[in-house]
Amino acid sequence: MKKRGLFFRKNLNLAVTAASIFTVGLALIFMGWILYTVFDNGFRSFSWAFFTEPTKPYGIPDGGVANAVLGTIFITLGAVVVGVPPGLLGGIYLAEFAKGSKLGNVIRFSANVMMGIPSIIVGLFVYALMVYTTKNFSGLAGSVALSIIMFPVVLRTTEDMLLMVPDALRESALALGAPRWKATLNIICRAARTGLMTGVLLAIARVSGETAPLLFTALCSDSWPFGYFTQPTSNLTITITEYATNSPFPEMHTRAWGAALVITAAILILNISCRFLFKDGRHGK
Amino acid sequence: MENSKKQLISPDVSDQLFKVITAVCALLAVAVMAGFFIQLSWSSIPAIRTFGLNFLISSEWDPVKNLYGAMPAIAGTLVTTGIAVIIAVPLSFIVAMFLVETAPPALSHTLSHAIDLLAAIPSIIYGMWGLFIFVPFMQNHVQPFLADTLHLGATPLFAGEGNGFGFLTSGIILAIMILPFICAVMRDVFRMVPPVLKESAFGAGATSWEVTLDITMRYGARGLLGAIFLGLGRAVGETMAVLFVIGNVQKMPTSLYQAGTTISATLANNFAEAQGVFRSALFELGLILLAISFLIQVLAQFWLNRVSRQMGEK
Amino acid sequence: MENNGISNNHAAGAKSTKISVRNLNFYYGTHQALFDNNIDILEKQVTAIIGPSGCGKSTLLRTFNRIYQLYREQRADGQIILDGQNILDNSVDILELRRKVGMIFQKPTPFPMSVFDNVAYPLKLHFALSRSEIVERVEKALRGASLWDEVKDKLKKSGMALSGGQQQRLCIARAIAAEPEILLMDEPTSAIDPVGTLKVEDLIEELKQEFTIVIVTHNMQQAARISDYTAFYYQGRIIEFDITEKIFTSPANKQTEDYITGRFG
Repeated sequence: MKKRGLFFRKNLNLAVTAASIFTVGLALIFMGWILYTVFDNGFRSFSWAFFTEPTKPYGIPDGGVANAVLGTIFITLGAVVVGVPPGLLGGIYLAEFAKGSKLGNVIRFSANVMMGIPSIIVGLFVYALMVYTTKNFSGLAGSVALSIIMFPVVLRTTEDMLLMVPDALRESALALGAPRWKATLNIICRAARTGLMTGVLLAIARVSGETAPLLFTALCSDSWPFGYFTQPTSNLTITITEYATNSPFPEMHTRAWGAALVITAAILILNISCRFLFKDGRHGK
Repeated sequence: MENSKKQLISPDVSDQLFKVITAVCALLAVAVMAGFFIQLSWSSIPAIRTFGLNFLISSEWDPVKNLYGAMPAIAGTLVTTGIAVIIAVPLSFIVAMFLVETAPPALSHTLSHAIDLLAAIPSIIYGMWGLFIFVPFMQNHVQPFLADTLHLGATPLFAGEGNGFGFLTSGIILAIMILPFICAVMRDVFRMVPPVLKESAFGAGATSWEVTLDITMRYGARGLLGAIFLGLGRAVGETMAVLFVIGNVQKMPTSLYQAGTTISATLANNFAEAQGVFRSALFELGLILLAISFLIQVLAQFWLNRVSRQMGEK
Repeated sequence: MENNGISNNHAAGAKSTKISVRNLNFYYGTHQALFDNNIDILEKQVTAIIGPSGCGKSTLLRTFNRIYQLYREQRADGQIILDGQNILDNSVDILELRRKVGMIFQKPTPFPMSVFDNVAYPLKLHFALSRSEIVERVEKALRGASLWDEVKDKLKKSGMALSGGQQQRLCIARAIAAEPEILLMDEPTSAIDPVGTLKVEDLIEELKQEFTIVIVTHNMQQAARISDYTAFYYQGRIIEFDITEKIFTSPANKQTEDYITGRFG
């Protein structure tokens, strides 16, 4: 029998390995470039004023992003209040009552699809639903838009985490004579609490960096975000957009980088903490 | 022994209530999804009545005369997404393969975490970096290199002066953005291949690359397809990374160096000041984007579901 | 020759019947797992259920507290009379049933809370007691499970921090806290070490003075050691049921004998 060239096969393998190392290097270079830029330019804007002064209208020097930071916190918290409880409860339904059922499959499928819908569409949706009807841009509308983005994420991670709880624990709780709802809320959710929390934190990290859904709902503003319920509310991401694209002043560009750094750092910290949290949680079981 | 018993609501009622409340919450996933379609369709009706089917193929864009066409935006979306996918998919594949098959465990672990973190970086960061750093880089180094040094400038694809903004730049930035995302999903698909299958192939004398080609790719073909479509879905709807660098002119794409637009960029740019029919036309654009991404997501889920059923998961 | 359950040889009237199973059939979807089971579980005795894997032993146990109802496709048909009531009937208060009938699983299942809270949980579920009453009853249950001395200084520690054998005794303490009448044990020692196993077996000896115990076990020597009555199951049917000593020394049925002597299993 004629043998295929071993020389060829081994070298092809080597070539592929070399290409993969090169590609990984390339990817890392780009990523490093981006992160470096954010950190380098961002740090230049950091000062006491940056964190305590609110944003000022164009042309006025010495602004900060304090109101934007507060606004992002308000809007994100609002999103958590609106989006997380239905996500948790829905996840409970999928894991405890709908395992393998047709309805469960439809819901799960729909949630997965929902996670891939562009966030600008969600912005349009909430605009039509809330802003157009009440004639008010508001931080609240922004929160609702973000909560719609958070909801399927929390739903699916809750389901996945609850499914990891062994059936024996479920049966133990029921065998003691606990009603289903008590067993689920007291015992099972408690057993999965690390995972559930991680899911919520990751969802928060995901939406806090969103810009597009806020474009038509919360807008932005130079005042402090206390008009959250009925007025445009300042926030970091739209501020970045404004400063970067609508302003010729380099100091504002620098402040945009600063704001970008704040957001990036917050998201990275949240993500990294989740990794440590979840690792511990798994060992704890 | 005398025991005082507690009996609040009948346990049957409380359990039924619990089931109903949680079910309603879960059903929101379906209701809201349907709501997207209903709402956007409703808001598009004025535009549909005014422009009819012509909207989809017309490239007119005249706010003064209130004449709008979706073609430039749709074409722009397809072009930028196409560029992004062509660049990102092979690279993601190679990186994922490296992570799972070649890299030593410690390196693989660290890189894996790094990829997940990178996938979490919001798109506006890419937009900023694109605008301030990458666009000048493209304008001063890459585009002249491609056009003059490689003489690609003679071809219609690379024609034009190119100031760094435009389809090529947008496509590349999108590619960088979706790469960690696709890579993470592909990595998970690769990991699902049972080690025993791979061991059998190695035992038969295959090289590492051959095992990947023959075993992993076949076994995980659907999952890989799902990963590609997820990345595609991400690129199609991306707003901020593209908005800053595409140039924002309503023109059909003829050259990679030329400025243009995408559906999401058009929406982001024009929605705030739009009124009447214009606004409705924008809603219709949104509906088109929704339909495109919905289709992509359904296909992606379809393929990924096949994979988990294959593994006997659900 | 198949004996559907009740041997004529056990001393009549020595103990009263606690659970009476009549014509019990059980289905997993379309697959039938138990065929026309008839058996009398006697009060305050240890009844062991033995037989090869997958022959229905655990299935029988899980009908006694209707835990199988957690799964939609599982279905039971027939009568299980406990204290004069057919517990398969829909009118039965299932939470009260589960207070009366405690269950211990193969793998220890401590709840993610402190040792004290684990044992107090069923008390808080079913009774309205004062704080001091709960403390009292928790100690009583832990003593009853031979665990008090080992955990009395660790009551606040997580239940999951105990050793395997201790965790299982914690589950027993939790199961007896609400003063059930029957204890169901599904291979309770198969997942713990030999020392822990010995402690649990000694415990079962003591517990039978207060509770009726039904224990499923893979370990024939264990069945011979600790049980008063033994039922031999094969492919969903009760082949033989009699006093343990009789089953293990002179079984009436050839299949029983083959299993006991290890010819199959």
